[in-house]
Amino acid sequence: MGSYYINRTFFFDVHPPLGKMLIGLAGYLSGYDGTFPFQKPGDRYEHHNYVGMRGFCAFLGSCLVPFAYLTVLELSKSLPAALLTAFILIFDTGCITLSQYILLDPILMFFLMGAVLGMVKCNTCADRPFSISWWFWLSLTGVNLAGAMGVKFVGLFVVLLVGLNTICDLWDLLGNLSLSLVMFGKHLLARVLCLIVLPLALYTAMFAVHFAVLNKSGPGDGFFSSAFQSQLIGNNLHNVSVPEHLAYGSVVTMKNLRMAGGYLHSHWHLYPEGVGARQQQVTAYLHKDLNNLWIIKKHDSNTADLLDPSSPVEFVQHGDIIRLEHKETSRNLHSHQHEAPLTRKHFQVTGYGINGTGDTNDFWRIEVMGRKTGKLIKVLRSRIRLTHMATGCILGSSGKTLPKWGWEQVEVTCTPYLKETPNSLWNVEDHINPKLPNISLDVLKPSFVEILLESHMVMIRGNSGLKPKDNEVTSKPWHWPINYQGLRFSGVNETDYRVYLLGNPVIWWLNLVTIGLYLLMAISTTVALKRGVQLTPELKELSQVLLHGGGQIMLGWLLHYLPFFMMSRVLYFHHYFPAMLFSSMLTGITWDTLLKFCARFLSSSTTAGNVYGGGILVLVLLIMYSFYLFHPLSYGMIGPMASDPNSPMAGLRWMESWEF
Amino acid sequence: MLGFLKNPVVVTAEINMNLLALTVLALISRLRGLSYPRAVVFDEVYYGQFVSLYMKRIFFVDDSGPPFGHMLLALGGRLLCSFQIDVLLLSPILEYSLNVPVWSLRLLPALAGALCVPLAYQILVEMHFSHCAALGAALLILLENSLITQSRFMLLESILIFFILLAVLCFLKFHNSQSYSAFSSSWWFWLLLTGVACACAVGVKYMGLFTYMLLLVIAGLHFWHMIGDHNLSNVSLMCHFLARGLALIIIPVTMYLSFFYVHLALLYRSGPHDQIMTSAFQASLEGGLARITQGQPLEVAYGSQITLRNVLGKPMQCWLHSHKNTYPIRYDNGRGSSHQQQVTCYPFKDVNNWWIVKDPGMQQLVVSNPPRPVRHGHIVQLVHGITTRYLNTHDVAAPLSPHAQEVSCYIDYNISMPAQNLWRVEIVNRESDTDVWKTILSEVRFVHVNTSAVLKLSGASLPEWGYRQLEVVGEKLSKGFHQSMVWNVEEHRYGKSQEQKEREVELHSPTQMDISKNLSFMAKFAELQWKILTLKNEDTEHKYSSSAVDWITMDTNIAYWLHPTSGAQIHLIGNVLTWASANVAALIYVCLSLWYLVRRRRRIYDVPEDAWQLWVSAGRICVGGWAVNYLPFFLMEKTLFLYHYLPALTFQILLIPVVLQHLSDHLCRSLLSKSMFSAFLVAWFSSVYLVYCTFSPVTYGDPSLSVAELKDLRWKDSWNILIRKQ
Repeated sequence: MGSYYINRTFFFDVHPPLGKMLIGLAGYLSGYDGTFPFQKPGDRYEHHNYVGMRGFCAFLGSCLVPFAYLTVLELSKSLPAALLTAFILIFDTGCITLSQYILLDPILMFFLMGAVLGMVKCNTCADRPFSISWWFWLSLTGVNLAGAMGVKFVGLFVVLLVGLNTICDLWDLLGNLSLSLVMFGKHLLARVLCLIVLPLALYTAMFAVHFAVLNKSGPGDGFFSSAFQSQLIGNNLHNVSVPEHLAYGSVVTMKNLRMAGGYLHSHWHLYPEGVGARQQQVTAYLHKDLNNLWIIKKHDSNTADLLDPSSPVEFVQHGDIIRLEHKETSRNLHSHQHEAPLTRKHFQVTGYGINGTGDTNDFWRIEVMGRKTGKLIKVLRSRIRLTHMATGCILGSSGKTLPKWGWEQVEVTCTPYLKETPNSLWNVEDHINPKLPNISLDVLKPSFVEILLESHMVMIRGNSGLKPKDNEVTSKPWHWPINYQGLRFSGVNETDYRVYLLGNPVIWWLNLVTIGLYLLMAISTTVALKRGVQLTPELKELSQVLLHGGGQIMLGWLLHYLPFFMMSRVLYFHHYFPAMLFSSMLTGITWDTLLKFCARFLSSSTTAGNVYGGGILVLVLLIMYSFYLFHPLSYGMIGPMASDPNSPMAGLRWMESWEF
Repeated sequence: MLGFLKNPVVVTAEINMNLLALTVLALISRLRGLSYPRAVVFDEVYYGQFVSLYMKRIFFVDDSGPPFGHMLLALGGRLLCSFQIDVLLLSPILEYSLNVPVWSLRLLPALAGALCVPLAYQILVEMHFSHCAALGAALLILLENSLITQSRFMLLESILIFFILLAVLCFLKFHNSQSYSAFSSSWWFWLLLTGVACACAVGVKYMGLFTYMLLLVIAGLHFWHMIGDHNLSNVSLMCHFLARGLALIIIPVTMYLSFFYVHLALLYRSGPHDQIMTSAFQASLEGGLARITQGQPLEVAYGSQITLRNVLGKPMQCWLHSHKNTYPIRYDNGRGSSHQQQVTCYPFKDVNNWWIVKDPGMQQLVVSNPPRPVRHGHIVQLVHGITTRYLNTHDVAAPLSPHAQEVSCYIDYNISMPAQNLWRVEIVNRESDTDVWKTILSEVRFVHVNTSAVLKLSGASLPEWGYRQLEVVGEKLSKGFHQSMVWNVEEHRYGKSQEQKEREVELHSPTQMDISKNLSFMAKFAELQWKILTLKNEDTEHKYSSSAVDWITMDTNIAYWLHPTSGAQIHLIGNVLTWASANVAALIYVCLSLWYLVRRRRRIYDVPEDAWQLWVSAGRICVGGWAVNYLPFFLMEKTLFLYHYLPALTFQILLIPVVLQHLSDHLCRSLLSKSMFSAFLVAWFSSVYLVYCTFSPVTYGDPSLSVAELKDLRWKDSWNILIRKQ
C-alpha cells in the first residue's frame, strides 16, 4: 500500500490513511521506489528495498515493551510487576511475528499503548495540574489518540477508554468542593483542547496530507463521486472536456448522488425467479464499466434515427419525457408495480424490450432540481431526477447490496415516496456525443469537508461489506483468548519457509487464567471493603492498585475485545492483539499483587521475601522456556510438519487446530 | 362491630373502584367485536399454523422464539373448544372458515392486553406515586391505539407485555416489603412470582430477556447496598443472596427448560420442519425418518450400504450423490476438468444417494458374517451403488471453488491419472479412538489418504450441467472444524447381493430390521435451542418492515388487514400524541436528571432527598425499561417491525405521569403556575382522547372510511394507508 503514496496514485482502502502513509514514508526514506506490485502473499521481493519498511514496523513493535513496562510501573509502583509484563511481551511469539512484517497492527498498537501510557502518566500528575509534565502527557495522549484512530478504526476503542477515564476524572473534580467552578472550567477546557480538539485537528490534517499526496488517478476512483474524481490527475473527469448540454442520442453514464453511490448499471443477467418479474437486472455499480453506458432517446423515436449523422442535434430539456436504452444489451430502463428485490416498499426496476423497443412503462420524465421547464440540462452540474410516468415513482438507489445473483452490486429501485434525498438524484458523468463540441469544465471543486465526509462514508461501507461467505471457516472471537487457531503468514508445505502467527500458548493461557483470577480477587476485595473490613495500610494500598490500576486495564481489555462479538464483518486472529496487550499488563499487576498478598499472609519476613521473589522468578523462567520451545513459529521453520518426530516443533502441537 | 366492618370496606372499595373501572374499560376496548375480521390478519398466519400443529402434535421449529407463547395460544384454543381445523393458509387475505373459533383463539392475547391497564396503575402506585398519576398512566395505556390493535389478534406481543409488567410489579412489591417484612410469606410470594413472570416473559419471546436482565441488575444494585449495610449479619446476607438466586435465576431457568420439555413431549410427530434437525433428532420423532430408519443395523460394517447426509443442513439438507453424467471437459471460464463422473450433494432422496463401504484389501461388496465394523481411523473406499464407481479426489480444481480439489467418481481413461480413492474415516464425536462408526449417531469426516483433503459441501450450486445440485469438494486447507465437512449415515443396511443386478434391486428396496434410538431430553433441548437461535430465514425485507430509527417518531405503520370490498382496514398505528409526549417526557427526564446530578455533586440540593430517591427509582424502571427494550435493536440484523417497539413504548408511557407529577410537585411553585399546569393537563388529556377517537376506525377496522377520510388520516407521508382505486 505504501507504494501508492510513493507513486501518488489514488487508492481505496477500508482503513484510514495514517498507517499506510507512515509505511510509505519509511519506504521512501529507505530508498524503496514503489515499483513492487504487492499482489499476493508469497511473492518474492527480489531486488526491492523492503527492509526499511519492515524495520520501521519492527521498531514500533519493539516500543510496545517499554510502553507496557512504564504503564504497569506507573499503575502498580512495583518493579517486578512491570518486569513481568515486559517479559511477557518480549517473549510472546505472536507479538514478535506481528511486528516483523509490513502490517498496520504494530503501528496501531504503538499509538494505542502510547495513548494508554499518556493517560496513566497524566493521572499520576493530577496532584499538580497545569504543570509542564501534566500538559506534556495530556497532549501526548491526544496525539496518540489521533494516531490510533488514523491507522485503523479499532483505535476508536482506545478513544473510548481515554474518554471514560476523563469523564470519571472530571466527575471527581466536580465533587471536589475546594475547587472553584472557574478552576473546574479550566480543567474541562484543557481536556477538551488536548483530547478532542487536538486529535481532531491532527486527524483532519492527516487526511489533508493524504489527499494532497494522492493526486493521481488510480484503482480506487469509482468508489467516489464525480466531484471527487475531478480532483485526480489522470481521471477522465480531471480537466474534463465534454459537451456541455445533454442531447438526444448521447451516450452517458449516470452516477447516483448519495455518498458512495454507484453508476446506473445493467447486464445480461435476469432477476431470478421469485424476485419480481423475470427481466434483466438493473443495479448500481461502483466500478467504471462498459455496462454503465446508456443512450438517451426521445419517447417517440428510435435509436437509429438519432444516430443518423445528418439529423440535427436536439437538446434534452427539463421536463422532457425520455427513454434510456442500455447500450450493451439494447434494453430500455423499465419499471412496474412489482416489489423491488430488497426494499419491498419500492418498485422493481428492470431492463425491458428488444433492440430498444419496449412499452409505455419505459417512459421517464427528466427533471433538474430547482429549475423551470424548458431549460437545458447540464452535464455533471445538473442534479437530475427521473420520474416514472406510469407509476409516478422516482428512480433511486437504496444502497443495499444485492445477494449473489445480483453480483453483490447495489439495488436500484423506483420509490413511490417523493421525498427529496440524494438517493433519488443522479448526475450525468460521462457524455459522449460526436456531433457536439467539447468544452472544458472546471466547475467541480468539492470542499475539503465534503471530501473528508465522503471518504469516511466509503470506508464505512467498505468495512461493512467485508462479510464472510457461506460455508467459509472464519475465526470467531471466542477462539482468540484461548489461542485456538493461528494465522498462516507464509508457507504451507514441508519444504516452504513457514511463519505462523500464534501466541505463545503458555503466556496466553496464563493471561486467560489471570483474567478469571483477577475477577475473583477484585470481587472479594470490593465486597470486603464494602463490608467495612479493616485493612492495614499496606493491604489498603494493594487493594487500591488492584481495583484502580487493574480496573483501568481490565476496562481496556473489555473495550478492545467485546465489541468484536457484535461485528458481522470478517474477523481475523490478529484483531485480538490490542486486547492481548491489556491482558498481559493485567497479568503483571495481578500476579504481583497476589504474590505480595501471599507473602504478607505468611508474615515471617524471610519466607515472605522468598515466596514473592521465587514466584516472580518461576513465572519469568516459565515464560522464557516456553519461548525457547515455540520460537520457530515466529522466526520461521523449514522442514517436516509437527506431526513428524524429526521436526523442530515435534510434540508441541498441543492443540489439534494449530497448523504447523 | 359495625366500625370494624365499615373501615376496610370503604378503603378497599375506593382502590378497587378505580381499578375495576379501568379493568372494565380495558376489557371493553380490547374485547369489543373481537371476532370481527373473520380473516387471517398479518402474522396470525404463522401463529395459526403453529396452533393447529400443536393440536395435531406435529413437530415444528419457530425461529422467532421459545415455545411458551405458542403453547399458551394453543391452550386458549384448546380450553374453549376443540380447534381441530387445519389452518393451512398462505396469504393474509384468506378468511377463516366458519368452524374456526376465532373469538376463543384471540381471547387470550386480548385479555392479557386488557390486564396491562390495571397493572400499569398498580406499578405507579407501588413506585409511590399518587393515585392521580397512576390513573393517568393507566388511561394512557388504555387509549394507546397500537397496543389495542396488537392485543386484538392472535399475536404474542400483548402476552409478552403482560408478563413484563407483571414481573416489574411483583419486583416492586417485593422490594417494598423488603424493608419491613423480609422473609415473610408475602415477601416470598412476590419474589417467587417475579421469577415466574420473568420466565414466562422470556418463554413467550426472547425480548423478555431484556426486562429480565434489567430486573436482575436492579436487584443486584439493591443487594450491593445491603452488603454495605453493617446492621445485617453475614448469615442473613447469605440468606438474602440465596433466596434471590433461587427465585431470580434457578426458577426461571428451570421453568424455561420445562417449557421445552412440554413442547417436546407434546410434539412427537414428524412434520414440515424435520429437515432442519439432525438425523438423530428426526429419528426420535414418530413417522418421517423414524419410519425408515427404524430397525436399521447400528454399526456400519464393511459391505454396508449407506446414504450420507451432510450435517450442516445449509443451504438445505442434502445427501452425497453421484450420477452417470461427467464433469464437462471445459467450464465456461475456460478451466479444464477431469471429465470424470460428477459427485454432488442432492437435496432429495434418490437411489443414487446409496454408497457401499468397501474394504480396500478385499473385492467383495457384501457384509461378511459376522459383520466387521468400521472404526475410527480405518481406511475405506466408498463405492457408488448404482454405477459401482469409486469416490475419488485428485489435484484438479473443483468446478466452482477452484482453491479446493474436485471430487469425482473415478473413470479410468488410461491417461496417467491414477485412482486416488482411499479415505480415512474420522469420527468427530467419538468417545475413544476405537469407536465404531454408528448409523445416525456418528458424525464422520472423510480424509483423503493421498492428499489429506477433506470431503466438504461447498454450499455453491452447480450450473445447468450439474442439474443445479450442490457442489462437493475436497478441502485441502482444512482450516479447523466446520460442519460442512461432517457427514452422518442416515439410511443403512447390510448388503447381501453379490451381483450388480441383484444389488440394484436391493438398493431400490426399503430397509428393514429393528433397533430404536432415543435422544435424552437435554440433547434434544440443546439441539432445538441451538437451531432456534441460529436458524435464519432469508431475510429479505418485508413490505412493512422498518428500521429501529423509524419507531421513535412512528414514521412507519403496518397495514394488518383490508376489507375485501369496502375501505375498512386495520393498521398498527399508535396514538401520535402519546408517542410524542412519551418522547418529550423521556427527554425531560434525562435532562433534568443530569442537571440534578451535576448540582448535587456541588452539594446543591434542588429537591428533597426522598423525592430524589423516588425520581431515581422510577427512572430506573421506566427509562431503563425503555432503553433495554429499544436500544438492542440497533445491533440486530434481523427483519424488524414496528411491533417490536411496543414493550419499550409501554415503559416510556409509564414515564409520562412520573415526569408530570414531578414537574407539578417541584417546579410549579406558585399557585398560578399550578393551576395553569392543571389546565394544560386537562387540555392535553382530552387531545389524547381525541386522537384516539380519530384513529379508532383503523384500530378496530370499523366503520369503513371513505377515500377522503382515509387521506385525512395520513398524517405522515411515510404512512402506508391503503386506498382502493376506484
